[in-house]
Amino acid sequence: MTAADHILQVDSILADPGVRIVVCCGSGGVGKTTTAAALALRAAEEHGRRTVVLTIDPARRLAQSLGLTELSNTPRQVKGAHASNGGELHAMMLDMKRTFDEVVLTHTDAKRAAEIFANPFYQAMSSTFSGTQEYMAMEKLGQLHAKDEWDLIVVDTPPSRSALDFLDAPQRLSRFLDGRMLRMLMAPARGGRSMFSLVTASFGVFSKAVTKILGGQLLSDLSGFVAGLDSTFGGFRERAERTYRILQAPETAFLVVAVPEPDAIREAAFFADRLARDRMPLAGLVLNRTHVIAAPELSADDALAAAVALDQAGDATPTADVLRIHAALTQQVVRETEVTARFTAEHPDVAMVLVPAQPADVHDIDGLRDVGLAFAG
Amino acid sequence: MGEHWPGRLHVVTGKGGTGKTTVAGALALALAANGRRTLLVEVEGRQGIAPLFGGPPLPYREIKVATAPGRGEVRALAVDPEEALLEYLDMFYKLGLAGRALQKLGAIDFATTIAPGLRDVLLTGKVKEATTRTENGKRVYDAVILDAPPTGRIGRFLNVTAETARLAKVGPIKTQSDGVTAVLRSPITSVHLVTLLEEMPVQETADAIGELRELGLPIGKIIVNSTRPELLVGAKVTGPSLRKGLTTAGLATDKATVAGLTAEAKQYLARRNAEDELREDLTQLDRPVVELPFLPQGVDRDGLATLAGILSE
Repeated sequence: MTAADHILQVDSILADPGVRIVVCCGSGGVGKTTTAAALALRAAEEHGRRTVVLTIDPARRLAQSLGLTELSNTPRQVKGAHASNGGELHAMMLDMKRTFDEVVLTHTDAKRAAEIFANPFYQAMSSTFSGTQEYMAMEKLGQLHAKDEWDLIVVDTPPSRSALDFLDAPQRLSRFLDGRMLRMLMAPARGGRSMFSLVTASFGVFSKAVTKILGGQLLSDLSGFVAGLDSTFGGFRERAERTYRILQAPETAFLVVAVPEPDAIREAAFFADRLARDRMPLAGLVLNRTHVIAAPELSADDALAAAVALDQAGDATPTADVLRIHAALTQQVVRETEVTARFTAEHPDVAMVLVPAQPADVHDIDGLRDVGLAFAG
Repeated sequence: MGEHWPGRLHVVTGKGGTGKTTVAGALALALAANGRRTLLVEVEGRQGIAPLFGGPPLPYREIKVATAPGRGEVRALAVDPEEALLEYLDMFYKLGLAGRALQKLGAIDFATTIAPGLRDVLLTGKVKEATTRTENGKRVYDAVILDAPPTGRIGRFLNVTAETARLAKVGPIKTQSDGVTAVLRSPITSVHLVTLLEEMPVQETADAIGELRELGLPIGKIIVNSTRPELLVGAKVTGPSLRKGLTTAGLATDKATVAGLTAEAKQYLARRNAEDELREDLTQLDRPVVELPFLPQGVDRDGLATLAGILSE
């Protein structure tokens, strides 16, 4: 499917001591978490690296196999990993709310923190804000990286609405918390200094409209929330930018994860473009759930024609069904190849590794190890 | 048709990657048969509908995307929360140009971002409006099909009252969200869950049904997407029988072909066994189950019509 020189050498990435962070990204349902866990296991077992995998929302049984029974904000060692050469596998499952609480606590005194925690806006935002999960994943990554305890951090990214959220959320959240827009909203009169009159007028109207729609209590809650956060740490933007710079550094390798389906491939292409635009180091594409034809000499058409002929002849063997299975598989592989070729045509420089579809869902360490075999260089 | 798909607002959710947009599209087509008119709505800014019908990206406007048998019509709309907020403000406060200026400043993005509940109320509010809209005393749409957020977010998305109540206890937003909730909890609405015969999607379907039940939202059907035909039922594949059949068919019987075909058949059976267990799990959920076949050539317009045909049966 791909030229030999464009096969993604996953093992050399995992073995490279210069690579400290691997980020798995892609659309929902493509096996990001499994891929992240399989990569981390392989890095620990085969390459002797002290590895931590940060998962966001793993399937229950996969989480259990990693020894994760609840959200935890500190990594735990995975017992089933058999690492030699000093390699270790640790895993953690992001607790978004607690991570946010910790950020607040480290930057403010207990009394003020309590005020912030009690604010309905904080409660809404720390548990449901559409970018909080993405932001907290980045925050956690920043923390793990700063500790310098790990040879390699493998990050699974949140199942975002679109691939862009993950890169945009930190800045969006920090832009919000830095509060320029909020202060303008709170104090439309003062905001007028540097703005055109229409805009100033709009803000007055807007603020009035917001008050009307949402009610005064809401605005005062909002104002309290911002004041609380703003006076204690205005540095959200700085933190977000620091994480952003770590992601751009050569110690990071982005892997876009996809399956050979039009939607996932389209998202993958979108993401590859976005990473290039943001000068993020894209290592390559991991194509999960690819199918392999075991009897490639026989075409789908010939197999189908023969199946029909056998049925008509009243053949008693199961051959007709076997041929139909083969034909369907062949058609699927042809389609997967076409879909993948679209990506390759647009991104000829992006290396790719194919991970064959597993006969059953992966939810134990052995299964993850099997997935990892596809990464063998 | 009507008795198969009661209600007028069909909310289609499912785990990411299960093909919920495709199923929503097929359902919109199916319900538009016999001269009816349906509206297919997406709310996540993904522009997933346009490629399904082979058209350019959808604007924030209801446009015709397909014709159904018997002069039916499918229209589609991509709801943008910013546009919905502007529309809402304009309707109630006559913001006009000032609203546009706010949008340029990013204020609208900001307002819909600070309060996720507000964003969802605007989105579901638009869907409710389309569902209940009338013109000259006649309903504009016979059915509205919502390509909804995935199962992981569906409860929060549809439970708008609870989400906004955390932020707004009184005022127009509260009234608006109460109105939306009344429609969502009424028999007009039906929430359908799309799944594959794979472990995680089935698990998420079960979780979502539990959550929706608790929230008092009406659950419709479970739609199993991409099912494969049942082959080799009760049959045993052996080398000799396969070789015999291949000889009858005049095909090659070399070692590699026989071994390859046997391996493929084995994989198929392993997969199907797993699928049968999951199918059983789904029947335990006590909702009607509809199965849609996997289309090897992908879902083009013909494929969509095929799926629509099955949904109409």
